[in-house]
Amino acid sequence: MQGIIELAAANLLSPIILFFALGVAAALARSELTIPEAVAKGLSLYLLLAIGFKGGASVADHGIDTTLILTLFAGIMLSFLLPFIAFALLRVITGLSTVDAAAVAAHYGSISIVTYVTATSVLTLAGVAFDGYMVAVAAAMEAPAILSALWLAARAGGVNRSSDPAMESGLFREILLNGSIVLLVGAFLIGAVTGAEGLAQIDAFIIAPFQGVLCLFLLDMGLVAGRGLRNARHLITVRLLAFGVLMPLIGAVMGMVTGLLLGLSTGSLTLMMVLGASASYIAVPAAMRVALPEANPAIYLTLALGITFPFNLTLGIPLYLAIAQFFTGG
Amino acid sequence: MKTFKAKRIEIMIESVMERRLTDALAKAGVKGYTILPVLGGSGRAGRWSREGQVSRAAGMVAIVCILKYDSAEKVLDTVFGIVDRHNGVVCVTECEIVRADRF
Repeated sequence: MQGIIELAAANLLSPIILFFALGVAAALARSELTIPEAVAKGLSLYLLLAIGFKGGASVADHGIDTTLILTLFAGIMLSFLLPFIAFALLRVITGLSTVDAAAVAAHYGSISIVTYVTATSVLTLAGVAFDGYMVAVAAAMEAPAILSALWLAARAGGVNRSSDPAMESGLFREILLNGSIVLLVGAFLIGAVTGAEGLAQIDAFIIAPFQGVLCLFLLDMGLVAGRGLRNARHLITVRLLAFGVLMPLIGAVMGMVTGLLLGLSTGSLTLMMVLGASASYIAVPAAMRVALPEANPAIYLTLALGITFPFNLTLGIPLYLAIAQFFTGG
Repeated sequence: MKTFKAKRIEIMIESVMERRLTDALAKAGVKGYTILPVLGGSGRAGRWSREGQVSRAAGMVAIVCILKYDSAEKVLDTVFGIVDRHNGVVCVTECEIVRADRF
């Protein structure tokens, strides 16, 4: 318990979390502080490139083994499964409609790459090693949840025949080829091909500035989360709030069981828990607007970005790390 | 200067639907249109702003096209097939154009 408190305290007082808190506070106080749209986009591209490349270089260093393949497969299965749990939980504890519950469930089956990036940063600062291929697992877990959620919505009659999401041409091409996934996977492959030599050539760009860029990006995320909370506070009931905190814990437990069965190291197990616990707010909202436009975006964006993301960032990540250390003895 | 009557269709739609709509316009024979960014606004879901969106999901665009008087009806049917379920506004106004051969 002492370890968890110490980890949580160290995490809460780290620059990345404090910058995020600054963003939330500024937005709630209606400050005019903003990060220009193009700058925020540039920062996210940098982070995806850096995290993908470093992951690929790490795989080049350690090689491809069966654990990597099994972890990828397990991640995809987890992403398929989590929406069913989220959907059932939403129907039991909240009064959300079928369509809204399915849309929210899709977000919780998918992953938040920013939460993943922050977790890798926390692990690095804590000196806990993790497998580079976990970034490929993160990319693989983006889309399957969308299929599960659309099936849930269609099965429950939340989508009429004329608007059958399966008929929506081009949707899955867009999901699988969205810019974030293309850059993340592309940088991963380039890192895997060029290996340590390639990393040595660009490490001054992708390693040293990483923490500073992450601070600036999380400041922007804090501003966005704070604005979302301010605008949608009337929508957030106690039951939805409970879901926003409970579901990541359930997802983390599912990730933990998966990781333990795979025999992952402490760092990788922590990341698997983070992937299970995090909720998407970039790829899935766009897919939901196309496939389930009847669902209220204010509900799923506020839950994923305004509640679950800050929870994972502040308390979740150190908690998952402490649990992973407990089970692996790391 | 001689002018010709035409119809101006202005469609405000979620940015995730932009390509679907422009593809449909092209299929309906629309030769030209203009896409404009929308900074923000207020609607049934409350106020929103393009600023600080982490996803394209919450943004909107405005698509403007000028059509010959007699072809507007067909294009409107096409537009409605796309925008019907989505947030947005479709507005049709009468206008006058100078070079009718371009539309």
